[in-house]
Amino acid sequence: MIAYILKSVGQAILVLVVVAALAFSMFRFIGDPVANMAGQEASQQDRRELAERLGLNDPVPIQFARFLANAAFGEFGMSYRQGRKVSALIAERMPATVELAVLSALLATGFGTLLGVYTAIRRNSWGAHIVMGISLIGVSLPTFLIGIGLIYLFAVELKWLPSFGRGETVKLGWWTTGLLTPSGRASLIMPVLTLGFFQLTLIMRLVRAQMLETLRTDYVKFARARGLPESRIQFRHALRNTLVPVVTIAGLQLGSVIAFAIITESVFQWPGLGALFVQAVQFVDIPVMAAYLMFVAVVFVVVNLIVDLTYVLLDPRLKSSTAVVGGGK
Amino acid sequence: MTAPLLSVRNLRVEFPNRRARLVAIDDVSFEIGRGEILGLVGESGAGKSVTGAAIMGLLEPPGHMTGGEIRLDGTRIDTMPIDQLRRIRGKRIGMVFQDPLTSLNPVYRIGAQITETMRVHANISEADARARAIALLAEVGIPAPENRIDAYPHELSGGMRQRVVLALVLCTEPELIIADEPTTALDVSVQAQIIALIKALARNRGTSVMLITHDMGVIAEVADRVAVMYAGRIAEIGPVRDVLKAPQHPYARGLMGAIPSLAKKAAGHDGRLTLIPGNMPRLSAIPEGCAFNPRCGEAIDRCRAERPSLLPAATSHVACWRVTS
Repeated sequence: MIAYILKSVGQAILVLVVVAALAFSMFRFIGDPVANMAGQEASQQDRRELAERLGLNDPVPIQFARFLANAAFGEFGMSYRQGRKVSALIAERMPATVELAVLSALLATGFGTLLGVYTAIRRNSWGAHIVMGISLIGVSLPTFLIGIGLIYLFAVELKWLPSFGRGETVKLGWWTTGLLTPSGRASLIMPVLTLGFFQLTLIMRLVRAQMLETLRTDYVKFARARGLPESRIQFRHALRNTLVPVVTIAGLQLGSVIAFAIITESVFQWPGLGALFVQAVQFVDIPVMAAYLMFVAVVFVVVNLIVDLTYVLLDPRLKSSTAVVGGGK
Repeated sequence: MTAPLLSVRNLRVEFPNRRARLVAIDDVSFEIGRGEILGLVGESGAGKSVTGAAIMGLLEPPGHMTGGEIRLDGTRIDTMPIDQLRRIRGKRIGMVFQDPLTSLNPVYRIGAQITETMRVHANISEADARARAIALLAEVGIPAPENRIDAYPHELSGGMRQRVVLALVLCTEPELIIADEPTTALDVSVQAQIIALIKALARNRGTSVMLITHDMGVIAEVADRVAVMYAGRIAEIGPVRDVLKAPQHPYARGLMGAIPSLAKKAAGHDGRLTLIPGNMPRLSAIPEGCAFNPRCGEAIDRCRAERPSLLPAATSHVACWRVTS
């Protein structure tokens, strides 16, 4: 078990180092930071000094080592465009994105599982057919279109919800939250729906398919033959077996919720990391791009790590097989 | 004469599909007495398992009963509402499935699955249920049951898992056990152990067993009576010794002739196995009259026109015009 955890953590670190190498290589291949920062009027002397100050004259391995060491502490240098520390920029924008992504993920996994189970158990009911029909919209319409549609309906026509921004936020230390004010909460509704809808329908369809599969297995038949109540069979025996593959996909999707947040944030002018990244791309602000790349990688890796560990809790078969692989037990 | 424990009368099961209604079980009647072991034999697709599922009320849709009745101890159970039937399933009738590897839920400990079943059917505390589960595991021959009770199914071998399945079925002390090919998925060396165990448990507890199999050796070993099924009908039913030694229905005779036997060889028999020509008809193409007539060497005109009823012949009941007229 411990060997399994160590192995997962080791793999995670390896992935991060590889992504760091990619992020680092952006500095060398995309644009010239000195030209970007110094502007056209700067003298040759200014340029050399700036390159020296940014450490661009050192050998490449040393620059990479320095990059790694700084990245480990969340430091990615100065933003070329804004002239501020990237870490400060990220810290400022992160709460908006995390709040949006976590709420979307909760919405998607919670309702996705619930509706998936419902449509599997009552697969011939009207309710299930309607839910399945609506879910087709979720899997086939692009996110921005849903966002724009929502804005048109609830902000332009009905004027119930704000069409952009986070509304009022409250500062809790360095973290800002929109959950504590009415306007903050109202501002969250549409972005969360937009971002979560695709994942919700995906998870729902996945849970449904898995659940139908599980309900056909021998152990479910045997549970019926033992006279267990149907609800117990469905929720205790079938659902837990359904969740193993669902956790995998849901975990991966959670990562992409943060990545997809770029689109949603653009549609709703949400002051999060996605918007920061889009600006950074426009201005070839490489430190910010590198930091964002690392941020997304860390999110994916951490989520995957959690998924790996959740498996073991859900399916005891993995515990013993990994123990054998790890030479333990 | 006391009423039989299980009585199946004129059972008919159909599986409708787009083109036709396939009759999987056609007018099957039999009884099982208390403490009796009835063997149900036949080729794949003869309707053995469907008969078992019909008794449990576990027919897979779109399959459903379209005729006949099933009585347990005199009470009709085929028309019972589902929540009443659920209390009989597992409690009074237990069922053992073919594959012990897939019959147990992989994510729960075996002890939890046993105590869960007991507590659904009886008002018993978790601690008492656990103590009884350990005793049951010991009874079905699981070594160190007080440790094994906390094992997950994947930590046990196939034979051990089938023993756990038996413990699960026995934990509510059913009056009837339907065992659907309980040894087919097991190693040959383990098969004999499981069969001996089922026989011993049934004898000790006075439990009736309906043993579905295509293994004549198993039937000879444990059954009191045997029913030979063909194309959803019973061809012959009678005491196991008589049916095996002196089968009367041509299909039963063909079936017995196809079994290799050391004893026959030793007795100077040439030991050649007989072969029944052709295959069992598909459900969509069951012939008129006797379902066996196209493969039967002794068929007469009546066999092709009129379906034979199951009528007494010697100690058995046989559905064959050549035997009963």
